[in-house]
Amino acid sequence: MSTVTPAPSAKLIVKDLNFHYGKFHAIKNINMSIPDKRVVAFIGPSGCGKSTLLRTFNRIFELYPKQTVTGEVLLNGVNILDRRQDTNKIRAKIGMVFQKPTPFPMSIFDNVAFGAKLYQNLDREQLIARVQWALEKAALWNEVKDKLKQSGASLSGGQQQRLCIARAIAVRPEVLLMDEPTSALDPISTAQIEELINELKKDYCVTIVTHNMQQAARISDYTAFMYMGDLVEFNETGRVFTKPQVQLTEEYITGNFG
Amino acid sequence: MSQDFLYLRRKLTNRIALFTAMLAMVIGLGFLIAILWTLLKNGMPAISKRVFTEITPPPGESGGLLNAIFGSIVITGLGTLIGTPIGILIGTYLAEFGRGSWIASTVRFINGILLSAPSVIIGFFVYALVVARMKHFSAYAGACALAIILIPVVVNSTENMLRLVPNSLREAAAALGAPQWKITVMVTYRAAKAGILTGVLLGVARIGGESAPLLFTALNNQFWSTNLSSAMANLPVTIFQFAMSPYEDWQSLAWAGALLITSGVLLLNIIARTLLRRKAMG
Amino acid sequence: MLTDNEKWMPLIVTEDTPSQPLAVEASNEDYLDRKLRNQRRMDAAFRGLTRLLAIGLLGLLLLMIMTLVAGSMPAIKAFGWKFFTSTDWDPVAEQFGAMVPLYGTLVTSFIALAIAVPISFGIALFLTELTPRFLKVPLGIAVELLAAIPSIIYGMWGLFVFAPFFAKNIQPWMTQNLGELPLIGVLFKGPSMGIGMLTASLILAVMVIPFISAVMRDVFELTPSLLKESAYGLGATTWEVISKIVVPHSKVGVVGGVMLGLGRALGETMAVTFVIGNSHELSASLMMPGNTISSALANEFTEAVGEIYPAALIELGLVLFLITFVVLAFAKFFLLRMQKREGAIT
Repeated sequence: MSTVTPAPSAKLIVKDLNFHYGKFHAIKNINMSIPDKRVVAFIGPSGCGKSTLLRTFNRIFELYPKQTVTGEVLLNGVNILDRRQDTNKIRAKIGMVFQKPTPFPMSIFDNVAFGAKLYQNLDREQLIARVQWALEKAALWNEVKDKLKQSGASLSGGQQQRLCIARAIAVRPEVLLMDEPTSALDPISTAQIEELINELKKDYCVTIVTHNMQQAARISDYTAFMYMGDLVEFNETGRVFTKPQVQLTEEYITGNFG
Repeated sequence: MSQDFLYLRRKLTNRIALFTAMLAMVIGLGFLIAILWTLLKNGMPAISKRVFTEITPPPGESGGLLNAIFGSIVITGLGTLIGTPIGILIGTYLAEFGRGSWIASTVRFINGILLSAPSVIIGFFVYALVVARMKHFSAYAGACALAIILIPVVVNSTENMLRLVPNSLREAAAALGAPQWKITVMVTYRAAKAGILTGVLLGVARIGGESAPLLFTALNNQFWSTNLSSAMANLPVTIFQFAMSPYEDWQSLAWAGALLITSGVLLLNIIARTLLRRKAMG
Repeated sequence: MLTDNEKWMPLIVTEDTPSQPLAVEASNEDYLDRKLRNQRRMDAAFRGLTRLLAIGLLGLLLLMIMTLVAGSMPAIKAFGWKFFTSTDWDPVAEQFGAMVPLYGTLVTSFIALAIAVPISFGIALFLTELTPRFLKVPLGIAVELLAAIPSIIYGMWGLFVFAPFFAKNIQPWMTQNLGELPLIGVLFKGPSMGIGMLTASLILAVMVIPFISAVMRDVFELTPSLLKESAYGLGATTWEVISKIVVPHSKVGVVGGVMLGLGRALGETMAVTFVIGNSHELSASLMMPGNTISSALANEFTEAVGEIYPAALIELGLVLFLITFVVLAFAKFFLLRMQKREGAIT
C-alpha cells in the first residue's frame, strides 16, 4: 500500500510514554508516530487509556493533581512534555474537542473569537473574518450567521459541538484532538460531525478517541487499539479491521471479547 | 388483636408527631407575620413625604430621616464596594487555586467562623484600629466594619457557586491555551454570575441592617453630613436611638425607619433568591 | 507485549522532521512569545493576589485577637482571674467583674436554644418531609426571610409588642403557678415588667429559629432517598422514617446546626439590648433585668472614660469572642464531618 501513495510524515511522535494516576499505571510505555493530514482513531474498551493518552498530547491532565507522565511527545521535533515548554503555547497549537459540547457562557461570536484573540494580533476586521472562516470550516456558518450575538447555549447539541470545533480551529492549531466528540449526539448530528472530520483532515492532523468501532472504520485512516494501558495494535484502518495481526484486536473487533 | 393495637398506636404516634411539626411551622410563620404586621401597623402611619425630605429633628420638633437614609446608603455602598472584590477574590482562591492546600482549608474554616462572629466585636475591632487612631468616628470606619462583615458572606457564596461550574468548561478554555486568570474571569465567573451576584445581594441585605458595628464606628449624626471622615447618620443607629428614647415623635420616626430598612432588606433577599432560582431552572 | 511492535506499526516517515515554526508568520511568533510571557505574569499576579487576600483573612483574625488582647491589658493587669468571679460593676470606683454579663449571656443563650431547638426541628421536618411540593419553596423562603430581618427590628418588636403582652398576659400566670414550685420557683418570682432575662431569651429564640431550622433542613435533605424509600417500602410511617432513618443519619449535622445557633445567640447584640434591661445586678429570677456581654458593650462603650473602664469592656468582648469562636469552631467541625461523610457515600 505504501508503494502506491508515499508514506505520510509524522506530526506527533510518541516515545516511551508512561502515565500514572497516583499509583495506577494508566499508560504503559507507548511508542507511536501520528501522521499529518490523516485521521487516527483510538479504540479500545473503556478504561484502556485512550482518553488519557489524548489528554497528554496537550497536557490538559496537568489541571489536576497527582497525575504524572514520563517519556516524550514530539511536535515538529520539540518535546511538548518538557516542563520548559509553555503549556498555553502547546495548547494553542494542539486544539481539543471534548465529549460533551462546552459552549462558553457568551455569544456565538465571542465563543469562536475567544481563542483566536488569545495569541494572535488580529484587528477587528481580521477577527470577524477569522470567526466566519472557522464557522464555515465547521459547517455552521449558514445556520448561525444571522444570530452571532445570541448565546452559544441557545444552539442544539449538534450545533454546539460544531461551535466547539469552530472555536478550536479558529486558533489555527496544527493538531486536533477529539475525545469521543459524538458520544453525546444524535445520529444526524453525528453524521454531520463525521463529514466535517473528513474535511478537516485535509488541513490538520486529527486524532479521535471513539468507543464506536463503526465510526473508527468509517472516518479514520489509521486505527490504534489499546487495552489496559498498552498499545496493542496500530495500523492502517483497513488492515486493523480486516487482517488484525494480534489475537486480542481480532477478538475485540469481532465482539468476542472478554 | 394486639397487632391492630400496635398498628393504631404507630398511626397515632405518627399523627401526633406530624401535627407537632406542623405546629412548629405555624409558630415560626406566626412570628414572621406578627413582626411584619407590627412594622406595617406602626410604620405606615409614620411614613410621610417629610421622612424622605427632612433631616432628623431634635425631640419635640418635626423632621424626617433624610440624613440617616443617605448615610445608610453611603456607608453600606462603600462597605459593599470594599468587601465585594475582596470576598470574590478570596472565594476564587478557595475554589480555583487552593484546592487541597492547607491554606485553603484553614481559610475556609476561619471564614465559616467569621460568617457568624458577633458583629459587635467587629465594630469594636474597627474602633480600636481606626477610630481610636484617627481620634474621631467616621463613615469610613463604619464602611470598614461592614466590609469585614460582608466579606465572609461573599467568600462563602462565591466559592460554592464557582464549584458548581463544571470542570469541562475550564478544560475547554484551557485547551484553547487560555491562561488561568482569563479562564476564571471570562469563563468561570460568567458561568457563575447569577450565583455570585446573589451572594453579594444577600451580603448587602445583611450589612444594610447591621447596627451594632456602626455604634462604635460611624456613630450617628443629628445633622446633614456628606463628609466621609466624620461621624455620619445611618438608619440602624438612628432607629436604635429614637426607639429607646421617651419621645413619641422620635419613636414614630423609628418605626418609619424600621419599616424602610426591613422592606429594603427583605426586597433584596427576595430579588436575590428569585435570581438564583431562575438561574437554576434556566 | 510490544517488543516486536515494528511489525504492527504503519509506515510513517519519522526521521528528520525539521523543527519548524507554527503555520503562522514569523512576526506572529514574536508576538506570541511576548503575549505568552505577559500571560504568565498575569497568571502569577492573579493567583498571588487571591492567595494574598486569603491569607489576609487569617491575618485579620489574628489582628482582631491581638487588638482585643492589647485593648484589655489594663483590665487584665488590674483584675486578673478575679474578673471572672466578681459581680462588681462600678465605673466610679473602677471595679469591674464579668460575672453578671457572662451569666446573662450564657443563661439567655441556653434558654433560647432550649426553646428554639425543638421548634426548629419541627420546622425542618415539616419542610423536608411534610410540605406539599408547591408550598416547599414559599415556606422555605418565609423561614429564610425570618433570618434576614435585622436584629434591631426584633429588638423593637420585643420592646414595644412582645414585652407588654408578656407582662400583661403571661408573666403574672407564671409567677402565680410556677413561682411557688420548689427549686425552680425562684426563677419565676418577681414583678411583671415585661423586660428581663426571660424576654431576652424568648426574643433570641425567635431569632435563632431560622438559622437552626435552615441548617437542619439542609442536613435532613442529605439523607439518601433510597434509604427513606426502602423504609417506606417496609410499611414504616412518616414519623418512623424520620426518627429511625433521617435523624440518626443526620445527627452530626443537627448538632452542628444547634451549635451554629448557639454561636449566633451568644453574640447577638441589638435585639437583646432592647429587652434585657441592662442591669448589673445578679438576680436569681429570670423575670428580673440582667445584662449580656454584647449589650453591655453596645450600651456603655461609647460612654466609657478613663483607662480601666474601656479596657474592662474590651476584655468582655475578648471573652465573648473566644466563647463564640470555640462554639462556632465546633459547629463547623460537626458540619464538615457531616459533609465529608456524605461526600464519601455518593
